[in-house]
Amino acid sequence: MERIEILEMKDITKSFIGVKANQDVNLVIEKGDILGLLGENGAGKTTLMNVLYGLYHPDKGHIIVNGKPLYLRSPKDSMKAGIGMIHQHFMLVQKHTVLENIALGFDEAPFFFPQRYMRKQIEEYSQKFGLNVDPNKKIWELSAGEQQRVEILKTLIRNADLLIMDEPTSVLTPQEAEELFDILRKMINNGHSVILISHKLEEITSICNRVMVMRKGKVTGTALIKDVSKVDLARMMIGRELSGSLEKKEVKPGKPMLEVSNLSVNSDQGLPIVQNLGFNVLWGEIFGIAGVSGNGQREMVEAITGLRKSVTGSVSLEGKDITNLTARDIHNRGISHVPEERIKFGTVANLPFFENSVLKKHHKTPFSNRMLMNYPNIRDHAKNLVAKYNVDAASISVPVKNLSGGNIQKLILGREISSEPNLLIAAHPTYGLDVGAAEFIRKELINCRDRGGSVLLVSEDLEELFQVCDRIAVMFEGRIMGIVDPNNCNIDGIGLMMAGLEQQNQGENI
Amino acid sequence: MLEILTSILVRTVVAGTPLLLGTMGEVVTERAGILNLGIEGMMSFGAVTGFIVTFTTGNPWLGMMAAIIAGALISLIHAFVTVSLRANQVVSGLALTMLGIGLSGLWGKPYIGRPLSVKMHAIEIPFLSKIPILGKVLFYQDAYFYLSVGLGILVWFVMKHTKVGITVRSVGENPKAAETMGINVTMVKYLCVMIGGAFAGMAGAHLSTAYSKSWIEGMTSGRGWIVIALTIFALWEPSKAFIGAYVFGGIFVIQYVLQPLGISPNLLAMLPYLTTLGVLLFYGLSSKGQRKMSAPATLGEPYIRGSR
Ligand SMILES: Nc1ncnc2c1ncn2[C@@H]1O[C@H](COP(=O)(O)OP(=O)(O)OP(=O)(O)O)[C@@H](O)[C@H]1O
Ligand SMILES: [Mg+2]
Repeated sequence: MERIEILEMKDITKSFIGVKANQDVNLVIEKGDILGLLGENGAGKTTLMNVLYGLYHPDKGHIIVNGKPLYLRSPKDSMKAGIGMIHQHFMLVQKHTVLENIALGFDEAPFFFPQRYMRKQIEEYSQKFGLNVDPNKKIWELSAGEQQRVEILKTLIRNADLLIMDEPTSVLTPQEAEELFDILRKMINNGHSVILISHKLEEITSICNRVMVMRKGKVTGTALIKDVSKVDLARMMIGRELSGSLEKKEVKPGKPMLEVSNLSVNSDQGLPIVQNLGFNVLWGEIFGIAGVSGNGQREMVEAITGLRKSVTGSVSLEGKDITNLTARDIHNRGISHVPEERIKFGTVANLPFFENSVLKKHHKTPFSNRMLMNYPNIRDHAKNLVAKYNVDAASISVPVKNLSGGNIQKLILGREISSEPNLLIAAHPTYGLDVGAAEFIRKELINCRDRGGSVLLVSEDLEELFQVCDRIAVMFEGRIMGIVDPNNCNIDGIGLMMAGLEQQNQGENI
Repeated sequence: MLEILTSILVRTVVAGTPLLLGTMGEVVTERAGILNLGIEGMMSFGAVTGFIVTFTTGNPWLGMMAAIIAGALISLIHAFVTVSLRANQVVSGLALTMLGIGLSGLWGKPYIGRPLSVKMHAIEIPFLSKIPILGKVLFYQDAYFYLSVGLGILVWFVMKHTKVGITVRSVGENPKAAETMGINVTMVKYLCVMIGGAFAGMAGAHLSTAYSKSWIEGMTSGRGWIVIALTIFALWEPSKAFIGAYVFGGIFVIQYVLQPLGISPNLLAMLPYLTTLGVLLFYGLSSKGQRKMSAPATLGEPYIRGSR
């Protein structure tokens, strides 16, 4: 197969029922390019890339490689043509091992005992690119970051000429993202090209050489990176300026809202992953948990919210013990939860938007009375959410799975915040959101605090934590390495704690 | 005493053979995410086809081949309806059962009371068949037995240690992921349904041309349903299907042994289903077991390309 020197997408148009996801989109990428693709949630970036990958057939338009038309009937054709893609949502078989996932559909793997062959390949590639994963683990045993590594390995091993990456860094730590970019730079030097979708302007400006911005299905601009600033990009993307810093009311933190002491939790594999963890979240504060994902954050949140049994220790809310109560009980006592895996645990993908908008309170008035659902009220509530949280949905009757990733997140957050919880636990709430939407969500978190509630915010995004939190704890291997005041500490210290060093400077401690 | 034991074991293995065949097929089908409740119908259809072809040609091997093809062809209906038209798999499977039983009744009518001149006879493996008890049980059986064991091991091996196995399992677990890796999900599903049909057809021919040598209406007598229970019992694993098939085969035989002692055969006929429930209960009690017990993730769900 000849290598891709120049690839063009011409006049691509693609509609879904009720939505024009792409309208006459043109895109050009040459060998050695890293093209950044920017756009709000629902702008049509993923759709465009799925067309290029052969998953969707465009209604109109065509693809030209090295001057010759390329017809894609299925991803098999695009893979043959040298196009590889890392999807926005993991395309992994949860019950299978890493080996089996990478061997799936891989032509070079032998017919018999493909796992054995793949093990050697994976070891080679993991070393070459510094991507560590245990090839024998099942996918469900891996953290989001590790799963992302598997996805990356999958495409690297297939040695694609053009690599499409749909928000690959959303679940990576800054270090991991940096490593990924090193890999990309190496690939570019070898004559590959990359299309990178990201909501992090920082990333786009630091690694891409060209950028294309989309809005509501159309291209709003393309430029060389050296000619534009981040402010320009943000404006092209959301059509307005970002407001910059976030306003916070002066709130005197009160008594403890949530007290966690001595908490130990086991992982899915039954190994201790959270060990003797203790902290307090006070009334009227946003308490952040920083740390590389996979260090027990998910398990800790699940233990607090009643989704997982803790082994030892206690959790109490406003002085009352809530250790190991059921999830519904805990929810009823005023804890709302925005989970990490939003599609799987935050919504019921096949149910319509309006039904999803009342989950967890669907059995209460005004949404139901005794046995019957009150659909007019539910629909009204859904419409309010759409208006208030700017959700971009074709209608409130579409199944939630048809929403773009960012809009699903807005729905969940809107639903959880609108019930005015005493304590909101949010795990990676702005993961995958465009800058405008992320800013909006952060403001909502702060609103939640300003009205006297508390927020426990788990995030890998240090910038976000510094923007909104009153205190930040750093978690490493299931323990708290230290708690800092974001107004009075440096990022390097946190970086070290994230890597496992105990807090040294006593002055920072609070 | 020893003789009674040997004879019970021999009959257990014979009774287990069609169950093993049927289950292997259903395991393949369900692993690809398609639930086919039409086993009973496909088995009956295979049984009548095998019988008629053997009757006319006098060659039970041709009968076997014909039954395999017949099973695969009738299962195509299920594949078309559930994969291409995305209809409800339960409904389609039940319809297939009715259809298969109906057709076999219709075509078999003229052959009632006319036994075969030849049936698939037992093959004695030299030396090995002389081992006490086991020799008779394992090395002095008809070709269906040897083939079923061979095919069972083949299915186990293919599912576990080959690329095809990974592909089939992935299609049942996450068809979208398979599609993004260039797998033709529709084709894999069609093929797996047809493999299931072929196995069921073969199991049917065993009943009509080896187990017995005359055509009796309704001769599958619920074995197709036992196969469905067995597939769950085996937790969709070929290796466990071996154990299940012979355990259930044994239960079949014990019905006849215990009947003279005054135990109602109806009670005993419940045993396979009770055992399956028991197994589910056993696994359901531990969280590790629950994980093992889970069916292929998209079993019974239609797959729509390009949806998300
Ligand atoms: N399979 C589908 N069926 C129906 N509507 C769809 C489908 N795929 C996408 N859409 C709609 O098309 C629009 C574009 O979606 P797309 O996923 O391409 O956005 P995106 O730019 O990738 O957004 P995000 O940043 O949130 O990932 C959205 O309005 C979405 O709801
Ligand atoms: Mg997207």
